[in-house]
Amino acid sequence: MKSLGSIRRSFAPWNDPGAVPYIRFENVTKRFGDYTAVNDLSLDVYEREFFALLGASGCGKTTLLRMLAGFEEPTAGRILLDGQDLAGIPPYRRPVNMMFQSYALFPHMNVWGNIAFGLRQDRMPRNEIRQRVEEVLKLVRLEQFALRKPHQLSGGQRQRVALARSVAKRPKVLLLDEPLGALDKKLREQTQFELMDLQQDLGLTFMVVTHDQEEAMTMADRIAIMDRGEVMQVATPAEIYEAPASRFVADFVGNVNLFEGTVAGREDGRTRIADDRGMSLLVNEAGGAPEGAGVAFAIRPEKIRVSSARPAAAVNAMEGEIYDIAYLGDMTVYHVKLPDGRIVKASALNAARTSDDPMTWNDRAWISFAADAGVVLTR
Amino acid sequence: MNAGWSRFNVASVSVGFAFLYLPIVLLVIYSFNASRLVTVWAGFSTRWYVSLIHNESMLAAAWVTLRVALLSATAATVLGTLAALALTRYTRFRGRVLFSGMVFAPLVMPDVIIGLSLLLLFVALGFDRGIVTITLAHITFTMCFVAVVVQSRLLSFDRSLEEAAMDLGATPVRTFFQVTLPVIAPAIVAGWMLAFTLSLDDLVIASFSAGPGATTLPMKIYSQVRLGVTPEINAICTILIGIVATGVVAATLVNRRRELRRQRDEQAAHAP
Amino acid sequence: MAGAAPTASRPPAAGARGGPGARIFAAVAGRLVIMVPYAWLLVFFLVPALIVVKISLSQMAVSVPPYAPVFDPGGGLAGLLDAVRQFSLENFAWLMDDPLYINAYLSSLMIAAVSTALTLLVGYPVAYGMARAPATIRPSLLMLVILPFWTSFLIRVYAWIGILKPEGLLNQFLLGIGVISQPLVILNTNTAIYIGIVYSYLPFMVLPLYATLEKMDGSLVEAAQDLGCTRTGAFWRVTFPLSLPGVVAGCLLVFIPAVGEFVIPDLLGGSQTLMIGKTLWNEFFANRDWPVASAVAVLLLLVLVVPIMVFQKVQADAQEKGR
Repeated sequence: MKSLGSIRRSFAPWNDPGAVPYIRFENVTKRFGDYTAVNDLSLDVYEREFFALLGASGCGKTTLLRMLAGFEEPTAGRILLDGQDLAGIPPYRRPVNMMFQSYALFPHMNVWGNIAFGLRQDRMPRNEIRQRVEEVLKLVRLEQFALRKPHQLSGGQRQRVALARSVAKRPKVLLLDEPLGALDKKLREQTQFELMDLQQDLGLTFMVVTHDQEEAMTMADRIAIMDRGEVMQVATPAEIYEAPASRFVADFVGNVNLFEGTVAGREDGRTRIADDRGMSLLVNEAGGAPEGAGVAFAIRPEKIRVSSARPAAAVNAMEGEIYDIAYLGDMTVYHVKLPDGRIVKASALNAARTSDDPMTWNDRAWISFAADAGVVLTR
Repeated sequence: MNAGWSRFNVASVSVGFAFLYLPIVLLVIYSFNASRLVTVWAGFSTRWYVSLIHNESMLAAAWVTLRVALLSATAATVLGTLAALALTRYTRFRGRVLFSGMVFAPLVMPDVIIGLSLLLLFVALGFDRGIVTITLAHITFTMCFVAVVVQSRLLSFDRSLEEAAMDLGATPVRTFFQVTLPVIAPAIVAGWMLAFTLSLDDLVIASFSAGPGATTLPMKIYSQVRLGVTPEINAICTILIGIVATGVVAATLVNRRRELRRQRDEQAAHAP
Repeated sequence: MAGAAPTASRPPAAGARGGPGARIFAAVAGRLVIMVPYAWLLVFFLVPALIVVKISLSQMAVSVPPYAPVFDPGGGLAGLLDAVRQFSLENFAWLMDDPLYINAYLSSLMIAAVSTALTLLVGYPVAYGMARAPATIRPSLLMLVILPFWTSFLIRVYAWIGILKPEGLLNQFLLGIGVISQPLVILNTNTAIYIGIVYSYLPFMVLPLYATLEKMDGSLVEAAQDLGCTRTGAFWRVTFPLSLPGVVAGCLLVFIPAVGEFVIPDLLGGSQTLMIGKTLWNEFFANRDWPVASAVAVLLLLVLVVPIMVFQKVQADAQEKGR
């Protein structure tokens, strides 16, 4: 099987049948009165994974994280950490530490005090605490700020203190709730890679909650897409992007075109999808859908080629009119209107400074794509 | 609200504050009046301050008042803080509505009712009325003011600080003493000062709950007012005002200095 | 350091995070937090209230204590029932028949209502001006409003005697500049009480109003003006309605205690003015009629029950919003 995307991962314990999951959510449900935040959710996370929970607000991702940290107890189901059932164990006895969205730095203590706080609760000897705090300060490059109080620090510095505080006790699992949300764009990009490096160096298991796709796609080994308390798909970023499991996932991450139709038959190992408005596509994978089943063909804009003339060797080609153009500098997104009224998004990289096939609004144009350029979705 | 003072605004604030402070200013001025009559100015003199020092009963009353205020303020702060915690942290317990009603009712209830009811209690229990009963009465009616102040601080308190503490290994009790308490401390201090002032100032409740043995300063002043005043009253009032004003001004200055230093620190943090 | 295995966290020392002992302590501590203030308030607030009710149903007696019946724990259940049988609503009937008391209640309500309205009239512009002040001086203004509150209430009321009496400073001033030819009689009238209440309770009105006005979104007024409102129009249609919660809170904080106010009518009001606080005091200290005084208190509480419940609801709502 060709590997999806251009990145080969050598770290993939989820593919190893012998690997035992480090964190296991078993049929976890959480209800607040009438409202169900998490619904019969099961999930496995492996040791040393950088795992992301991605979803819109209200999808239950933060609730799941808080249940792992111990601030909420599941209404039903179990949570296991390294084989141990966490039920009834309060947060101050779990080998799990959390980095809060608002950082939650203690305002009446300086940086040193904040970092040492957790170590003091363990009644560590004084000199060991000092050693550890200095270690951690060096890790996040805040040595000169040790005596400052939180209000004397910038936003980025506060974030690093929060991070330092949460790794000081060498927890088995580090939970991060929207860690980059409060940072500006430049800082966010820089911090993303710093977090990834930190995770590798410390060998910890990270679990991140975020609503930002880019963040999840950049940092995570695997992502769980959540919606309304349920997991829609758990996979690597490449798999999620190139092989989404449902319309929801396909639409959630990045841009996608969905061609709805029914399976109309098979030709030379490929499947034909057609609809009653004259569309007819020839695609590779049909996901085992039987003839007559209602399916959607999901294809990303960058996999569709736009040209002013019909390309000779295209397997799928349709003619339409350029309805709208969005020039984004590094690429151009064409909105092409097909005769049946459907609008298809196709993007082209501006790889050269001039275009050899310039098109403008209302021009006649052809969109074309290969048979393996997208996936067939049955859900 | 956008800042932007119109002439009407300036006028109304000035008039309002003048109204508020005029009687106090006049009181202070006339404490230095050489004449006995409050309304005829006869020249500057400090004789009333001198005679005040020799006024044994007045000084004794002041001493009683001070002791009662210190004791009751401290006890009321403890009880009021506990009440505020109970109301904000425990959202469901039996009798919560009754508890909440009892905590906030004294805020608005007329003093005469509070005073009368407490006196009847002391009589029914056979307590001898004196300093102890005044203190108990003061604790009861000032604790609700403390509760209001502390509760308001607790409501805006960031709970994630407590969660962070627990996440790092602190039990709920340790979290309270190491994180929550230090952060809400200013509100608790403010509550103490409020309870202290209310106790210092109270006439009605003290009158009901005091016995023949105890007289507080407000009670003394009140009885003197009925009999006919000398500017000695003005003198002691001026002293009290002076003490309070100094305390408040000092506290404000200390706060201002701290605020400025904090602002300077924050600016330094954002510099490259 | 790099690459340290995640399972290297040291096991907590025995008792470091507390075993079952710590958990029991936490549970007990939680109970105590509620029980201690609750118990105090039950003993020193609720029980006294019940006692007032009980005594209001009793008769005056020349004895110590000066009321009958007295519960005798030694008398057992029979004694208890006997005492209860002696309860009567006599005092209440007497109060409600006597026009003096009815007038006192009505007059108190009226005076409190007028004073509240006046306080609102004076306090609103002050609070509004403070809210519109430049941000740097707002804390100072706030402190200046609170400062008189920290000085003695009794003293400040007393100061007004010197100002309002016929030979007082106000009359001296007005006579001096020729506005009047005869001294105004203000002291010992209802007017003096109004002035006294407005003066003493002004901070209680200004503070909640200021808090509400200060938090208001100024862009709402700008939006109103952008849509064609004049400045005064914008005030009445946008600012004032939005400040109503503060208005209600301030009015209740003034009205309810003012109804039962004693010091101000006593010092500034004179014998003509009828206020129920004074009446209660006289019944108790002058007439030594504890049962009647208790009945007066119970009726006063009944009169105030509706405003007090409104106030409790406003408090509870504010608590909800604060969550």
